[in-house]
Amino acid sequence: MSRGRFGEFGGRYAPETLIAALEELEKAYGSAIKDPGFVKELACYLNEYANRPSLLYYAKRMTEDLGGAKIYLKREDLNHTGAHKINNVLGQLLLARRMGKTKVIAETGAGQHGVATATGAALFGMACEVFMGEEDTKRQELNVFRMNLLGAKVTPVKSGTRTLKDACNEAMRAWAARADDTFYVLGSTMGPHPYPTIVRDFQSVIGKEIKEQMLRTEGRLPDVVVACVGGGSNAMGAFYEFIPHPEVRLIGAEAGGKGTDTPYHAATLTKGEKGVLHGMKSLFLQDNDGGIMPVYSISAGLDYPGVGPEHAHLARTGRAEYLAVTDREAVEAFQYLAVTEGIIPAIESAHAVAQAMKTAPAMNREDILVICLSGRGDKDVHSIAKYVGVEIGEQD
Amino acid sequence: MVNRIDEKFRMLRKQKQKALITFITAGDPDLLTTAELVLRMEQSGADIVELGIPFSDPIAEGPVIQEANLRALAGGATLVKIFDMVRTLREKTQIPLVFLMYYNSILHFGEEAFFKACAGSGVDGLIVPDLPFEESAELKELTEKYGVYQISMVAPTSCGQRMERITKQAKGFLYCVSSLGVTGMRTDFQTDFDKMFHTLNAFSDVPKCLGFGISSPEQSHQLRQYGDGVIVGSAVVQRVAQGRTEKEKLQSVAAFTKALKESLLD
Repeated sequence: MSRGRFGEFGGRYAPETLIAALEELEKAYGSAIKDPGFVKELACYLNEYANRPSLLYYAKRMTEDLGGAKIYLKREDLNHTGAHKINNVLGQLLLARRMGKTKVIAETGAGQHGVATATGAALFGMACEVFMGEEDTKRQELNVFRMNLLGAKVTPVKSGTRTLKDACNEAMRAWAARADDTFYVLGSTMGPHPYPTIVRDFQSVIGKEIKEQMLRTEGRLPDVVVACVGGGSNAMGAFYEFIPHPEVRLIGAEAGGKGTDTPYHAATLTKGEKGVLHGMKSLFLQDNDGGIMPVYSISAGLDYPGVGPEHAHLARTGRAEYLAVTDREAVEAFQYLAVTEGIIPAIESAHAVAQAMKTAPAMNREDILVICLSGRGDKDVHSIAKYVGVEIGEQD
Repeated sequence: MVNRIDEKFRMLRKQKQKALITFITAGDPDLLTTAELVLRMEQSGADIVELGIPFSDPIAEGPVIQEANLRALAGGATLVKIFDMVRTLREKTQIPLVFLMYYNSILHFGEEAFFKACAGSGVDGLIVPDLPFEESAELKELTEKYGVYQISMVAPTSCGQRMERITKQAKGFLYCVSSLGVTGMRTDFQTDFDKMFHTLNAFSDVPKCLGFGISSPEQSHQLRQYGDGVIVGSAVVQRVAQGRTEKEKLQSVAAFTKALKESLLD
């Protein structure tokens, strides 16, 4: 069996035209993480540029209101560019620079990873092209403009369902043609080996910080860590440090859309079957003939028919639990966090908040629950207004 | 039983001829047309036919074949129906048939059931672009048990050692990818074919066919000097797409196939 396995999941199911590029990447990454200079430089950019370490905030009003576990928020929304995505992007771009690549490409769903990549590319003076499903470019116009402002070219993808999965297809196709001078900055813990490992390692700073901060303030580890799961990068980053600590319960909240009993959801771990797509063996939502299903979620960032292979493995072994949260529950949590704590979360992160709102009240007052608040919600204000039936006029 | 692919190359080499391998997407626009196209391509000089199995996410394909996939899916093509078509075709032709498909379709069908259906209907080989050498062990036992070849691919970027391993264990023929990127029509090639084929020939005598981007008889005429044949995909699929009636599609593909075959003769 090949390298890059998480149990039976993972692997490198990529076309021959990409194998050399993936091997080059694996080798370069292997040497970079063993190089103290690289590790130090990355830490420096994370701290000086991206605003790390991010705060671990005790949500007192929310805790009192829910009447169960003490709730902490890991404030990834306070990072530069407003989400956890920058952690991985800075790591991959430093790696790209080390490999002598001058151009970068990326896929994006909601636009968070695209914005982060465009940001990093500007920082390092690299040419950047972002592939984004045409459907998503409409849902997230603001992020398209933001990427343009940062000097990146946004290429709308018009194939397939015109969403994140098609953006991934197109980025891989483009990379197959241009890998000699181009680095593919993959945004989640997915794809062919070594990407799921690279992204998880670069995001694991989230869990490491949670552990340190928790030990400092509470003198112990949390009882529960909750994070939202699309491809799974913020969740993998938050969970990874705690995997060897079985007493810490790990809960992933995936997009239940209009309900997992309807066709309108993206709950891969709840409803998916084993398959291969985007270079990895994992769980995917499929139709009767093995076609990848169109998925739905109010959140463009969770709107993916698969999930990172390590999550599939954690689900299979029972080390982590994955539960579906509906659009309605996520929107309620979005509003709840705004009025209760004065924090507007990304609609993706609101799925984790919603799950915490179900889990925390059943826990004891001395228990501790950490929510990974993966991003801020400014980008979602428009779609939430639409969901609750409020018209916001365009400003002239 | 001798695999039809081996038999074909044995014959072609004896006659000092190069193989013409043509590709169409099964079920584009419907399976009756596909079956007719296979027969017409054979009559017009195709030596082996590749049938693309439609999939929602064909990541190794360029726009022409992506659209053919969508048309075939919209037309209701499924693996079960494609196997039925192959079974019917086998009453009329012994041309080697190779499926080009993505691994997910095999996994979803069930690996053993899939190979059983291949052998039972008369499929001779499989090209699975997203199942590279390192992962191909998963199907090896079944390919041997059922006598269905998994056709290996090498790319210009495949490193020496890897190229050697792939070439030495190749069955049927070796699919030599002409250039980087995805399938689709190209006007020129950057690859040093002299060097590539010199290297490959030193590793093994297995038939080698060049594919990706070959779109005209002029190109196939030029490239015929390398290896044992050429694979033409997108340019055929485009003719299927452009024909307004079934008759037009058949005529256009037949004329193109004939021109390609003639271009391979010295």
